Amino acid sequence: MRTTTSAGPEAMTRSHPVDLAALHSMALRVRESVLRMTLGGGCFVGASLSCADLLVHLYGRVLRVSPELLADPSRDYLFLSKGHDVPALYATLADLGFIARSRLGNHLKTSDSIYWHPSRDVPGVEFHSGSLGHLLAVALGVALDIRLRKGRNRVFVLLGDGELDEGSIWEGLLVASGLGLENLVAIVDRNGVQANARTEDLLPLEPLEAKFRAFGWACRSVDGHEFGALEDVFRTLPLAGGRPSVIVAHTVRGKGVPSLEGRIDRWFARFEAGEVEALIRELRGGPRANLAGDGLVVR
Amino acid sequence: MTYEKALGALAGSRDDVVVLTAENRAPIRNLPTVLGERFVDVGICEQTLVGAAAGLALRGRTPVVHALAAFLTMRAFEFVRTDVGLGRLPVKLVGYVPGFLSEGNGPTHQALEDVALMRGIPGMQVFCPADEAELVQALPVLLDDRSPCYIRYNAGPPPAPHTRPFAIGQAEVLREGNVVTILTYGLLVREALKAQERLREQGVPTRVVNLRMLKPIDERVLLESAHDSQMVVTLEDHFLVGGLRSIVAEIFVRQGLVRPLLSIALEERWFRPALLDDVLEHEGFEGGMIAERVLSALESPQKRGEREWPTE
Repeated sequence: MRTTTSAGPEAMTRSHPVDLAALHSMALRVRESVLRMTLGGGCFVGASLSCADLLVHLYGRVLRVSPELLADPSRDYLFLSKGHDVPALYATLADLGFIARSRLGNHLKTSDSIYWHPSRDVPGVEFHSGSLGHLLAVALGVALDIRLRKGRNRVFVLLGDGELDEGSIWEGLLVASGLGLENLVAIVDRNGVQANARTEDLLPLEPLEAKFRAFGWACRSVDGHEFGALEDVFRTLPLAGGRPSVIVAHTVRGKGVPSLEGRIDRWFARFEAGEVEALIRELRGGPRANLAGDGLVVR
Repeated sequence: MTYEKALGALAGSRDDVVVLTAENRAPIRNLPTVLGERFVDVGICEQTLVGAAAGLALRGRTPVVHALAAFLTMRAFEFVRTDVGLGRLPVKLVGYVPGFLSEGNGPTHQALEDVALMRGIPGMQVFCPADEAELVQALPVLLDDRSPCYIRYNAGPPPAPHTRPFAIGQAEVLREGNVVTILTYGLLVREALKAQERLREQGVPTRVVNLRMLKPIDERVLLESAHDSQMVVTLEDHFLVGGLRSIVAEIFVRQGLVRPLLSIALEERWFRPALLDDVLEHEGFEGGMIAERVLSALESPQKRGEREWPTE
């Protein structure tokens, strides 16, 4: 059931644009849009599918933001620091009416700004990204300004687990806790895989929660595909007084499409039209797609 | 008025100004008590410093960001380029102890490519004050402008009375002369003036141009100087590549101008660390030594360090 598509003027007067029970079907639509963006030039499909539920839940039930509030300084902010999963964000924004759904068909067309990493030219994108390790710093600047103005809005930043290799992330973690930015929430899409390897095989991150706590953040882990559990953790924000919060969301790369799930070679992929249709049937519970190639493009 | 007092007063009258630093307190030591929460020291985290400034600018602030020039422009370069530059955000980046002003710190601290790096970013302005009065006069003008800006901090004493008020993209002519023109900026304006005295005594009337801004640059003054002079000299405490010499060469090529050009800069090397006056002496950037280099280049084009340029 689809409760709300484009958030009308009345949308924000309701508590949330999307019912909890409707998140599952919204996430299916978002994943289908992501799969369609693998056509032609391809996209970073694995990470887009792993964070799809997180974005659907945040935009559907958590963030105080809508197409009408994009210039409102009291809106909640979400920064997509791991920019390569932007297909999931664009699909989410299209589902909620921030952008026309038809724009998703403009993927990689020079006439639009829908490409492999986020552009601020697309309504709903708060800031561009793509180079990893940038937007925790930008988000903490926004959170700092909100605090200076005694605002009540919150700032979310979605980080990839591979992105945690970047030194600037650990700088930002130190600074945010040093400043005591309670209105800042980092969410880690902990799908366990980076571009070409499992994170723990390449540059081990564990024990990750202990690292965040040692850096002064309040931390919780959650199943990043379980809307009930996500609802609980989002409702308890901030996780502690006087400190920023980080949620480690355990996810599966390629989630929702068994022939893509958990595979190291499904980071960036492009598929033929027939393969895309087969993947969408698989997403909707059909048989495993019969893929001619493995779709892998190493970048 | 000091830079610190001017910035404090501006922040007092403008709510949008937020002062940030990566533990570079020397030029703004007394501002925390003046600014309260609008003074933010992030610690020695230049990348986060610049990223956070971009975030503050997204919210309508005008961040004035302080760090040592070498670390602000190089450690945090990609944050300047990607967050501030690509975002076209009104962040004012103040680079402390640029060029020779790093004195005895050694090559790790020598920002000699900062102009090259900053001017390469689309939309970024580059301001190189000759003294503190110029810096203070320019500050409100630069803060009013919504472009990102790199300020090559120099709070030295005035080398000469200024001849025109500060305006974005405008140079000032400090001395007139029709044989040689010395184009320079920042700290070395004072040495250019000393060189001009010496050259005048030697019968070589020399114009001295304090460029103030390298981007946007005062192209009119530059072209006038090229037309009026037998030789143009670029003088800078910067690597030969990417700074004023490159800017002048680019403009000459674009205009189809062929002119004798003597470039005094650091060519493929860092400078010997010492106190400022000893650095100038050792590296040949002291006024009298500059005059000698100009005279010998006038006598013998080969000594300009490049092949002879045909004149028109």
